[in-house]
Amino acid sequence: MRQQNPAISKGIDWSLVWIYLILVAIGLTAIFAATYKEGDPVIQSFIGFKTDYSKQFFFFLLAFSIGFFILLTDSKFFAATANLMYAAGILMLLLVFPFHSPIKGTESIIKIGAFNFQPAELCKIFVALALSKYLSRPETDFTKTRSQLIAAGIALLPAGLTILQSETGLALVYLAFFLVMYREGLPSAILIIGFSAAALIVATLLVEKITLALILSGLALLVIYFTRRYWKRKTAFLANIILVWLLCVGVQFFVVPQVFSKVLKLYQVERIYATVGKDVPTEYVKAHEREQTKNSEKKKDIDYNVRQSKIAIGSGGFLGKGLLNATQTRYDFVPEQRTDFIFCTVGEGFGFTGSIILLGLYMLLLFRIITIAERQRSIFSRTYAYGVASVLFFHMFINIAMTIGLAPVIGIPLPFISYGGTSLLTFTIMLFILVRLDADRQMVLR
Amino acid sequence: MSVFNQSRSRIIRIIFLLAFVVIIVQLFYLQIVDRKYRQLAIDNAVFPKVVYPERGIIYDRKGKAILNNTIIYDLMVTPAEVKGIDTFGFCRLLGIDTAEFNRRILDARLRNTSVRPSVFKGLLTKELQARFEENSWKYPGFNLVERPLRTYPYNAAAHILGYIREADPRDIENSGNFYRQGDYIGKTGLEAYYEKVLMGQRGVQYMIKDNKNRLVGQYENGLYDTAAYAGRGLRTYIDIELQQMAEKLMANKVGGLVAIDPKTGGILAMVSGPNYNPNDLTGPEGSKNYSRMVLDVTGPMLNRAIGGRYEPGSTFKPLGALVALNEGVITPDYGFPCGGRYTLCGHGKPACTHAGGGHAANVRLSIANSCNAYYAHVYRLTVDNPKYGNVKNGYLHWKEYMNIFGLGVRLGLDIPNENPGLIADTSVYNKENANRWTSCTNLTLGIGQDKMLTTPLQMANAMCIIANKGYYYTPHFVEKIDNETEEDTALLNRFRVKHDVLTHIPDTAYNAVIEGMHDVVKFGTARIAQIEGIDVCAKTGTAENYTILDGRKIKLPNNSMFVCFAPKENPKIALAVFVQNAGYGATWAGPISRILMEKYLNDTLTKRSEADLERISGTNLMPAYFKRLQYKEDSIRAFKWFQTTKDSSYIRKYITFNPTGNQPAGPLPVKGIRHFSLLAVLPEQKTLLKTGINLPA
Repeated sequence: MRQQNPAISKGIDWSLVWIYLILVAIGLTAIFAATYKEGDPVIQSFIGFKTDYSKQFFFFLLAFSIGFFILLTDSKFFAATANLMYAAGILMLLLVFPFHSPIKGTESIIKIGAFNFQPAELCKIFVALALSKYLSRPETDFTKTRSQLIAAGIALLPAGLTILQSETGLALVYLAFFLVMYREGLPSAILIIGFSAAALIVATLLVEKITLALILSGLALLVIYFTRRYWKRKTAFLANIILVWLLCVGVQFFVVPQVFSKVLKLYQVERIYATVGKDVPTEYVKAHEREQTKNSEKKKDIDYNVRQSKIAIGSGGFLGKGLLNATQTRYDFVPEQRTDFIFCTVGEGFGFTGSIILLGLYMLLLFRIITIAERQRSIFSRTYAYGVASVLFFHMFINIAMTIGLAPVIGIPLPFISYGGTSLLTFTIMLFILVRLDADRQMVLR
Repeated sequence: MSVFNQSRSRIIRIIFLLAFVVIIVQLFYLQIVDRKYRQLAIDNAVFPKVVYPERGIIYDRKGKAILNNTIIYDLMVTPAEVKGIDTFGFCRLLGIDTAEFNRRILDARLRNTSVRPSVFKGLLTKELQARFEENSWKYPGFNLVERPLRTYPYNAAAHILGYIREADPRDIENSGNFYRQGDYIGKTGLEAYYEKVLMGQRGVQYMIKDNKNRLVGQYENGLYDTAAYAGRGLRTYIDIELQQMAEKLMANKVGGLVAIDPKTGGILAMVSGPNYNPNDLTGPEGSKNYSRMVLDVTGPMLNRAIGGRYEPGSTFKPLGALVALNEGVITPDYGFPCGGRYTLCGHGKPACTHAGGGHAANVRLSIANSCNAYYAHVYRLTVDNPKYGNVKNGYLHWKEYMNIFGLGVRLGLDIPNENPGLIADTSVYNKENANRWTSCTNLTLGIGQDKMLTTPLQMANAMCIIANKGYYYTPHFVEKIDNETEEDTALLNRFRVKHDVLTHIPDTAYNAVIEGMHDVVKFGTARIAQIEGIDVCAKTGTAENYTILDGRKIKLPNNSMFVCFAPKENPKIALAVFVQNAGYGATWAGPISRILMEKYLNDTLTKRSEADLERISGTNLMPAYFKRLQYKEDSIRAFKWFQTTKDSSYIRKYITFNPTGNQPAGPLPVKGIRHFSLLAVLPEQKTLLKTGINLPA
């Protein structure tokens, strides 16, 4: 290829393309293993567009051709049309509201012919582009709070719309863009505050209210004691400590319970508690009593998915059971195993070894993208690369963490592996835009 | 520009790396450290399917299978797979209507989900099975599943063989959960006693199941499967032709019959009347027949040969003589001047059929003539033996003899539910007679009455002791077990022990008794049992009996009893036949015994016996009071049913109009609530009569 088409292939980072192809191949194998039934004619069903693996295969062909066309385009095109595409993405998200198809549990899908199309997935690309565009503007001074707020707004607007479409999981993905903003100069404090807040919330789930309040107070007193020399000179510091203490206690005492009983739905609360391995406290159950009687069916076994998923992965052992001997995944014990729980197939069929290899591939991919990002001369390309890395990382981490019981079950796919046309298309386009931008890394894009 | 904030690139890499480490640690824990998930996965996906071995077969003494296995089919349905079938044609095939069809499909769905097979119609008849098989291709979702079934080619020996049924919760608990819901277990008879031998050893086939519990294939290609071993066969002493003939003779009669080979203790035949065909309890009509028989007051399920308690009457006399002879209170030449009744206790009882003429001049004659006075006196002599000081000690000693003869105790044969009969303890007499009683109080014990109840099995066994001159083997059916294991031998050993209980009684004493019994056949009451060329020894018995019906004591026809063994020298068969409410011993039980002895010893019947066989088997001797009893039982049950469920469909049959009302007597009114009287229910439950009941129309 290199010899035949030097114009396109010049500067292309082939390692990314190879990792991409290997991941897609693993994904097809996993989907095949999860859906193949004894006696199916393999070749026939592969080209028959009847089975899931055949569909995924055609999605891949489609996505790969689109990727190829992206490689043919001029990289200036993406920087030039970023805002336009963002606007189009928002429009698509808005169009979902009146035109979404009646599929249970979600309002985010438009049916076009035989395809289910999910704009919320696709919008990630546009956000990555638009954010890059905004940050790379010469007049943007990202040290200013105003710019930071606008950047956050660009990322969070589609997230808000996605939440309104009952796709909380997909909306959470947009948080990944804060990592990009951090790289581009968002104060560390925000990241630290974010992590601290997360830690505080997890602690609220694990520890009794009063106990946690006492622990926080104790911590505050310790800090005050050890910094006594310092704050004697500067009383504002003492005030700050007390303020932070008040905030923490306030969050754990009032905000979290309010959110759990008023804002979140019961099944979400249950999933969150299932992750830390605890029953939902009765106060929240009572707060959702009305809702509960409405959909009591849903209630029956909240941690069933995760339990089955852990059994599947755990029973894989060191080397795995072999693809077609994986009883848990082959006989449908793990729900949604083609899509969100596809990692189980790998974990059971190929064991610890296979899982490590898959994780290694992801690690390679992510670090390669960061390396690529850092070698860009244009801020647009660099920011976009970080956008791709962050989104991939968020998807990969949350998805695998939820299958092994480390994160609550939020339905987001595993990039390149999970069954699903839109998801594969989105990640392919994202990646190939990056490959295109990287090929032209000598240019300065605005 | 690109150096701006570049240090943060490292932090982002560290964050990524940390995330990977967290995932890998958790994966390491799940997949390598924690072993429980492997077991959980197996529990999830591997189903140990129990493979049931074929149950053991039971053979008679000549090696004919009297109990065998066959296969019958259940029609199963998997509702999800039933698509586009000709429901109407299908219903016509099975003889049900579409409403019933829909009901059953719904039922299957509710019971077992729509993706798992459930029984649509159990135990298809041969005809239905053939019809379905021909058309099965038209009906996807329906298929036939094999069900092993017991079958009885001779239609005989129901009480001996017993039956198998699904294990109930108590069986399951008693077995320490060895049995599971749906397993079959021997409930009575040989099926129960030899359950461990007959059931064989179960195998396990490990199957892969999916999340809806459907079996989808073998686990690891059957690497861990264990084979099932078929149950082992039982070789019995039963002579199935003799058994069939005995059952034919006892048809439509109440009572029990036992034939034993005295040399081995092997039971040749055992019948309880009324009887049933063992095939009635298996197959499509099985449960219906079972519930009918359970509610039948004549008790077809009761094995009267080992569970019926009868006064032995005169059949007891040979035993009384032997005890007295052994105790030395009489000699074979002892005579008693009987003038027609026993006068020594002052009330002139018991009476005797003969008077004077030296009919009780010695032991032999007393047996031949069945002298009541003689045996009442002999009993008194035994218990009043000065050796024991007082009557109570004497009685205890006598009771011990009875127990040695096998009366009043369980013999312990190899089928369950044996009744010990009754030989009362002294405490019973003490209580009834304020501690003051003499041998006159219970002198009729000497002629097999008073507080003495025996089972046909016990009397047959007692005949064996006399025939063998003192020893017996515990009566049993099973001679050996195919491929006998040590455990089996331990099970059978107790039937192979010779009980030398009374061999110390001198032959002279036995000879006197045996000759007396021979004389009974030659000249006495049992002449009907004479067989050309064979010396038969026998004793007849006739016992009065009463029952209480509707609050009145009514006298029923006598029980006809007959005990015997033959030939006199080298006895090969001992028999005890009890026919309830039939008349004299010689009238019914006698000829029955003769026919069976002829059959067993000569293998053919004389013309006379053939004629008797037809006559007897064609005679219905079921006591009439059973009808009334059945009516009462049924009506009481119907009333109780009405009381608890308010469902009047059963009670309607038993009610009549209350004649005090103005309405003329006639068919039941259709509308309104009326007062009815339950005329049918017992006089002793008069309250029911007075209240009447309100029946909703």
